[in-house]
Amino acid sequence: MATLNVLILVCLGYVVLLFGVAFAADRMAAAGRGAWLRSPLIYTLSLSIYCTAWTFYGAVGNAARSGLEFVTIYLGPTLVMLSWWWGLRKLVRVGRTQRVTSIADLISSRYGKSNTLAICVTILAVLGGTPYIALQLQSITLSFSIFAEADPSGLYREGSSVFWVAAGLAVFAILFGTRNLDANERHHGVVTAIALESVVKLFALLAVGVFVVWGVAGGIGPMMDRIDASEIGQWNVDAGRWTTFIFLSAAAFICLPRMFQVMVVENADEGHLRTAAWAFPLYLLLMSLFVVPIAVVGLDLMPEGSNPDLFVLTVPLSQGNDWLAMLSFIGGFSSATSMVIVTAMALSTMVSNHLVMPIWLSTQGGAGSVSGDVRNVVLMARRVSIAVIMALGYYYYRLSGGGAALASIGLVAFAGISQILPALVGGLFWRGATRTGALVGLTVGFVLWIYTLLLPGMGGAIMPDSVLQNGPFGWGWLRPRALFGIEGMDPMVHSVMWSLALNTAAFCAASLLSFPSPLERLQGAQFVNVFDHSVSPAGWTGSVAQSEDLMIMTQRILGSGPAQEFFQHEAEAQGGRTSLPEPTPGFLERLERELSGSVGAATAHAMIGQIVGGSSVSVEDLLAVADESAELLEYSSQLEAKSAELSRTARQLREANTKLTQISEQKDGFLSQVSHELRTPMTSIRAFSEIMRDTDGLSAEEQTRYAAIIHDEALRLTRLLDDLLDLSVLESGRVSLNMGGDTLGSILDRAVSSSLAGSHPKLRIRRSRPSERIPLNTDLDRLGQVFINLISNAQKYCDADEPVLTISAHDVGGQVVIDFTDNGSGIPPEAQSMVFEKFARVGGDKAGGAGLGLAICREIMQRLGGEISYLPGQGGAAFRVRLPLAHRQAAQ
Amino acid sequence: MSRKVLLIEDEPNIAEAIRFLLTREGWHVETHAEGSDAIEVIQGANPDLVILDVMLPGKSGMEILRNLRQLEGMQHLPVLMLTARGQSRDREMAENAGVSRFMTKPFSNAEVLTAVRDLHAQATRS
Repeated sequence: MATLNVLILVCLGYVVLLFGVAFAADRMAAAGRGAWLRSPLIYTLSLSIYCTAWTFYGAVGNAARSGLEFVTIYLGPTLVMLSWWWGLRKLVRVGRTQRVTSIADLISSRYGKSNTLAICVTILAVLGGTPYIALQLQSITLSFSIFAEADPSGLYREGSSVFWVAAGLAVFAILFGTRNLDANERHHGVVTAIALESVVKLFALLAVGVFVVWGVAGGIGPMMDRIDASEIGQWNVDAGRWTTFIFLSAAAFICLPRMFQVMVVENADEGHLRTAAWAFPLYLLLMSLFVVPIAVVGLDLMPEGSNPDLFVLTVPLSQGNDWLAMLSFIGGFSSATSMVIVTAMALSTMVSNHLVMPIWLSTQGGAGSVSGDVRNVVLMARRVSIAVIMALGYYYYRLSGGGAALASIGLVAFAGISQILPALVGGLFWRGATRTGALVGLTVGFVLWIYTLLLPGMGGAIMPDSVLQNGPFGWGWLRPRALFGIEGMDPMVHSVMWSLALNTAAFCAASLLSFPSPLERLQGAQFVNVFDHSVSPAGWTGSVAQSEDLMIMTQRILGSGPAQEFFQHEAEAQGGRTSLPEPTPGFLERLERELSGSVGAATAHAMIGQIVGGSSVSVEDLLAVADESAELLEYSSQLEAKSAELSRTARQLREANTKLTQISEQKDGFLSQVSHELRTPMTSIRAFSEIMRDTDGLSAEEQTRYAAIIHDEALRLTRLLDDLLDLSVLESGRVSLNMGGDTLGSILDRAVSSSLAGSHPKLRIRRSRPSERIPLNTDLDRLGQVFINLISNAQKYCDADEPVLTISAHDVGGQVVIDFTDNGSGIPPEAQSMVFEKFARVGGDKAGGAGLGLAICREIMQRLGGEISYLPGQGGAAFRVRLPLAHRQAAQ
Repeated sequence: MSRKVLLIEDEPNIAEAIRFLLTREGWHVETHAEGSDAIEVIQGANPDLVILDVMLPGKSGMEILRNLRQLEGMQHLPVLMLTARGQSRDREMAENAGVSRFMTKPFSNAEVLTAVRDLHAQATRS
């Protein structure tokens, strides 16, 4: 019997070997050598961490207890690999194009980068993973204890050995799992080590199997006979359990964090899946090949009551084959360690990325303050997470007492982690899947899993028997193992059925009822149509030709001078062999930082990515660019709108100002003219009144004459004021018309007699009375005022020796047209347009008018609905008055 | 030799009043009522003093004065300007044009006489 000391030495030696392999593999990968590290074989072997100690030892135990049912655990992954490898390929492609770091990251990424979802998945994974780790620790402890029982020295203490195993595994995971920050940079060391371990465990199990068949049973024939004779050789297929277990193991194979880690995150080449599709089932087949024989022989050989879970160890031991038992122990140890290391790595990534970092960043005043020490913070977070997860596993093991309760925990964990499946598969194949759907489905499945499986399995301390028997608060339909009154089912089948069915239903219903955000929609398209968009990613490598493109782009953004300076500096730093720097990752990183100062981080990343081409521009990049541009666009359109508004206001102000200036000028001009018109007669009045006052001895003739001048000028002032008032009333439009009916002839009669009264009847007036028999209905006084004005003007201004004014009236097209034409020299053409303006006196001031008469006439005619105009080219001055005949009709 | 004043004013009553006043002071008064030919009339009359209205038919008094001052021998001819448009802007314009004295209508007779005496005294002294 091998001593415990030897066993411990072998164990330590094995661990040192693993360290060595992992270290060497990391070194080789860093040096760019060792293509075999990225071979399909290594990938396939790394997948075999699916076979944990639970499988290594437990399969035999399971077979001993339940017959062939253990096969289901192998059948699930086999079916997935053989019939659904295209689905896995999609998963791998999505994982790589989206730079996914864990299954929580994948789910979060698919549903619009929801950290809530990531946290849910992380918690689920930790809850499911912790007992699983405890299970591995238990298996190592149990196997130790088998050897310890036989060891006389009694040095073995269970508690401390578990602690040291857990601590050692944590150190291994920390050393090789957190060397690189980017989870997408693969952990070659760890993967190579677990590939080695999978070879060891397969070899160990096969060796035990060969020993049992040929060494104990005596060949294949006798072995088959033994199996046939055994109870467990019978095909007792419980359809419900078989279906459930096959489905569960298939789901867990996809959803387990450690499986996701090796299958997606550590995947170096999609093509490896093709090999794994047949090689991994083959591996599983070999692993399961001798399970039944070992179980049968174990049941035969071992005493009643011995733990069938440990037959793999105890059968060789009982036959005195210590070295085989040692090998078997190493196989089980390998299974446990590889699982624990990868699980700790995967969980720590999730915990640090989705729990620790968000909290740390929020306490650091936002994600904007990303500086150099973030890298150290992330690494520290991962290391601490690994330690904490290992500690959790350790304490779970200690609390649960390491009893048989752990044995069933494997399937319980499977059922828990399978709750991710609807959201995962739905996210990959259904664009309609939404974040709300995923969250609701996950929550429903999670809660049901805890309620129907996890809590009832933990014993009476956590869930009282009364609840189990009668339901909470006596509600029978909520009994954890007979939900909604469905009784008599296997608890596992019952729980899986309800949790996954309601999970899927809730996921679908909530997805259909909710609307995805734009980011979700795009991510959904990116995931579901991943093969349409993505190219197989290569590294960020580039050529000098790309440096030229980068230079051109940088010049456009930074300007020619700074860009050249930056590139020159970089080229010198690289050794200065060429004028342009090589596009090394370091250079690209600095360039990106430089550019992001000008165009924003997302744009800079997308631009460099497009030129270097190594990483295709992700939807996230594009969305971030769009966001940045949208902000800019919105800002500039706001500016544009503001500037348009400003220029509109400015134009309005200018127009208003021009108008005001015009009005002001008009007012000034008018006032100035009024002032002039008032001052002129006043000057005469003052001058002559002073003369009459101050001058002695004025002759009577002079006195009369000067008094007459004063009188005339006073009258002129009065007329001017009358005219001004008249004009202001007419212009304001407040004039009230005094309508009356008369013929044109009689209106003219009155106007002529009024104009010529009291003056020398020098002006002759020629009229054609028959044409004046036009009846008019209008303001007779106002029309008469216009006629008087025109006749007086002729009287004043007609410069003919024998002045004659011809007045003629016509009825033209519904209008009365009356022309006043004299035989003088008329108004000079340049003044014709001015005659109707106020104070527009033409040809001197000899008549003493204020120059308002024609302006008043124009206003009056406008009020009467007609018009007055000057008729050029008639010889003398000619004015035409038009009046609509509608007035005549109104009069009749 | 009697003193001669040329009165350019289109308002006949005002012209008559000024003629009356200055004649009694011993001036020989010539009148003209047109702006357009005023320069020629001034040159022809060769007066000791000009009284110039602003609002004249044909040519404004301002323009007449400005043109007059450009002519040789006319820089120092005393010109008394009378206007009914008594805004400060007009006074400025008149001063820029080279007026000797600027008065707004209506004026008092005494003011006109004083101004004429002063201007004549200055002219004969210099």
